[in-house]
Amino acid sequence: MNVSRRRFLNSLLLAGTALAVSGPAFGREYGRGAGMPWQPMTGDVPHHGTRDERFLTAEERATVAAICARLIPSDDDGPGATEADVVTFIDRQLAGFYGRGQHWYMKGPFAEGSATQGFQSEHAPAELYRRSLVELDQHCEREFASPFRSLTEEQQDDVLTRLDEEEITFQRTSAKAFFDLILENTIEGFFADPIYGGNRNMVAWQYVGFPGARYDYRDYLNHGGARLELAPVSLMGRPGWSRQ
Amino acid sequence: MTRRMPDVDVVIVGFGWTGAIMAEKLTAAGLGVLAVERGPWRDTPTHFPTTFAQDELRYYWRHGMFQEASRETLTFRNNRSQTALPMRRWGSFLPGNGVGGAGVHWNGQTFRFLPSDFVARSHNEERYGPLPDDMTVQDYGVTYDELEPHFDYFERIAGISGQAGNVKGNLIEGGNPFEGVRSDHYPNPPMQMTFSQDRFTAAARELGLSPFPGPSANMSRAYTNPLGMQLAPCTYCGFCEKYGCGNYSKASPQTTILPELMRRQNFVLRTNSEVLSIEKSRDGTRASGVRYVDSQGEEHLQPAQIVILAAYPLQNTRLLLLSQIGQPYNPATGEGVVGKNYCYQVMSSAEVFFEDEYTNEFVGAGALGAVVDDYNGDNFDHSGLGFIGGGYIACWTTNARPIESHPVPDGVPEWGSKWKRAVRENFLKTTSVGLHGASMAHRTNYLDLDPTYTDAWGQPLLRMTYDFTLNDRLLTAHITPIVEQIARGMGGREIKVNHRRGSYDVKPYQTTHNTGGTIMGVSPANSVTNRYCQNWDLPNLFITGAGLFPQNAGYNPTGTVAALAYWSADAIINQYLAAPGPLVQT
Repeated sequence: MNVSRRRFLNSLLLAGTALAVSGPAFGREYGRGAGMPWQPMTGDVPHHGTRDERFLTAEERATVAAICARLIPSDDDGPGATEADVVTFIDRQLAGFYGRGQHWYMKGPFAEGSATQGFQSEHAPAELYRRSLVELDQHCEREFASPFRSLTEEQQDDVLTRLDEEEITFQRTSAKAFFDLILENTIEGFFADPIYGGNRNMVAWQYVGFPGARYDYRDYLNHGGARLELAPVSLMGRPGWSRQ
Repeated sequence: MTRRMPDVDVVIVGFGWTGAIMAEKLTAAGLGVLAVERGPWRDTPTHFPTTFAQDELRYYWRHGMFQEASRETLTFRNNRSQTALPMRRWGSFLPGNGVGGAGVHWNGQTFRFLPSDFVARSHNEERYGPLPDDMTVQDYGVTYDELEPHFDYFERIAGISGQAGNVKGNLIEGGNPFEGVRSDHYPNPPMQMTFSQDRFTAAARELGLSPFPGPSANMSRAYTNPLGMQLAPCTYCGFCEKYGCGNYSKASPQTTILPELMRRQNFVLRTNSEVLSIEKSRDGTRASGVRYVDSQGEEHLQPAQIVILAAYPLQNTRLLLLSQIGQPYNPATGEGVVGKNYCYQVMSSAEVFFEDEYTNEFVGAGALGAVVDDYNGDNFDHSGLGFIGGGYIACWTTNARPIESHPVPDGVPEWGSKWKRAVRENFLKTTSVGLHGASMAHRTNYLDLDPTYTDAWGQPLLRMTYDFTLNDRLLTAHITPIVEQIARGMGGREIKVNHRRGSYDVKPYQTTHNTGGTIMGVSPANSVTNRYCQNWDLPNLFITGAGLFPQNAGYNPTGTVAALAYWSADAIINQYLAAPGPLVQT
């Protein structure tokens, strides 16, 4: 047994004697004068998904990338979803707990509901993407004899606008639920910390002027309406500090 | 298969702000206290240090510290003619989970309700005549003057930064001239205002209003509270609401109470343990303890002399209904009490877009703001207006977290090149003026158990039936134009008004101020607890939280929630222990 492994086991044993004082076999018990229960190696660090975590097929990925590129286009004014690599963000999210709808209430019965009752799809996000992408391409094949990703930008904008306005509907999923979700996810991927795969090199933060994961602005309280030029910082530092 | 645990003096259900307050007071009085919390342990160095606390995706959009909807959510409908459907993902509000509860991820805006808010029915009827039949507004049964020492104590525990407006009847320039009489100043000076607050303050004064700095649980300086807990100066990082503070700068149970409480021999906390019901004695006259299940599914019976229900208001209501304590409210007849008078908050706002000036709202804090109270409560004459209550108007600079906050002016599309450009042009140049409106109780807004949907243990979900009322609509229609006037006076290029119109919608986040359902009052015929927050049916059951509010005032609830918990703890220690029975005779 190597040293670090032994140290890890020791810490578990120590933790066991210090904290699990008595009482139930499961669930944790604290208190009885033991103080705040700090333990080594228990930091609740963010889970960002590994770089090879993937849900989308190559074709799906191309379609999602095409949608994202119209929702947040790359243009003369600055970078868009493509430069921010939003599709990688979405792919990782769909491959993880979010895609599985692990924290959402997904028990039936399912009903459409009124507009004020919120998301009511029987499909968790990953499944909603997969099924909706099929229907999206079926629609585009019917109307343009071409899948979404091969349409012109004008045609793509037109299709997305009609999805948004509920003029295009799908047979088995809610086209509007899908549109709302991918728009939300695209904005998330554009602006989230780069540890999640999007907002690559903090392009979105630089574009709008958000300084990122800083935590002390006391020196700037008296800005008086002047612009503050602060380069952004991510949870993993700044470009050049570490590899992404 | 139920495992019977050794008796305790007090069992507390849920371990957020009020659970911690009760545990601290009752252990100090010598009682043995056990808190049962369904979520995990949570503390600053392990769960939200400054090296990764500022993670917008994780904590807000992926609900890092909220109740897991997959295990238990609630169902919702606007009215009784609809079928309620589950809130499959959180939207309008974000119930907390774990040690510290929502007290970990609140903003820290810490108000006292007005004296007239506690006597909303009698005060308004005396001044304006009878309320409409379907307005089920009631008096609290406890007055502002009785709560004042407890407001004061909580403000010292939480290190509130603010400017008093009325200390012992002496009006103080720069404070809130409408506030109830205070026995003392705030323990800390106000936070440092920024550009947006300066503009709001000037515009409000121009209109003859009385702006003051928002009372804040973000520290304006280093502070040591009466329990000896040390808090650090706020760094204005802009990650308060929905986030834990990595810097020990925001009052929470973790920063103000737990380090002391966890040193006491007579306190025990069980985490990952979810209470399924409150148990009654054989003769049904007392609570005998609670039944809970741990994360491995093992069921436990925890006997106790006193049960304190201190979970989130929606959960407190649900536990009473599941435990068949008290008569469920029936909106058809107006009879019954449990689930009655569910209220919320009526919000509207005006965003201000500047041309050449920068608001830099990333320099912000959860309770950094300037406020006017001229249109709150009964601070203005309601004669002929057709509604009661009001709300404060404020310019808070809480954040510029870009997934959540990227306002664009009227007429800009919601995606595409024009949207993207507008986001960039305005991102550093906007602020907003908000109306935080009261929500008055109405006969048809209530909580009960859902007939169809169940939680992870197979128990019925809570069902919410709620919509904005006529009072809400008249209130917001009257005061939103004042919001607009202030916003126009702030020197921006243009404003965008977000009216409160249409039905209540559970999708967009509004506020986590869900109130009522376990209301306090003067009679068992129309309330769940007496004025000491003691259940009318089971005298050894006490209830905390905003569920006690008979209706919601135009303020954030935490200050009043905490004062009620201290008031109730005081009654338990100084009255109940000597004579364990009903503290109010019926």
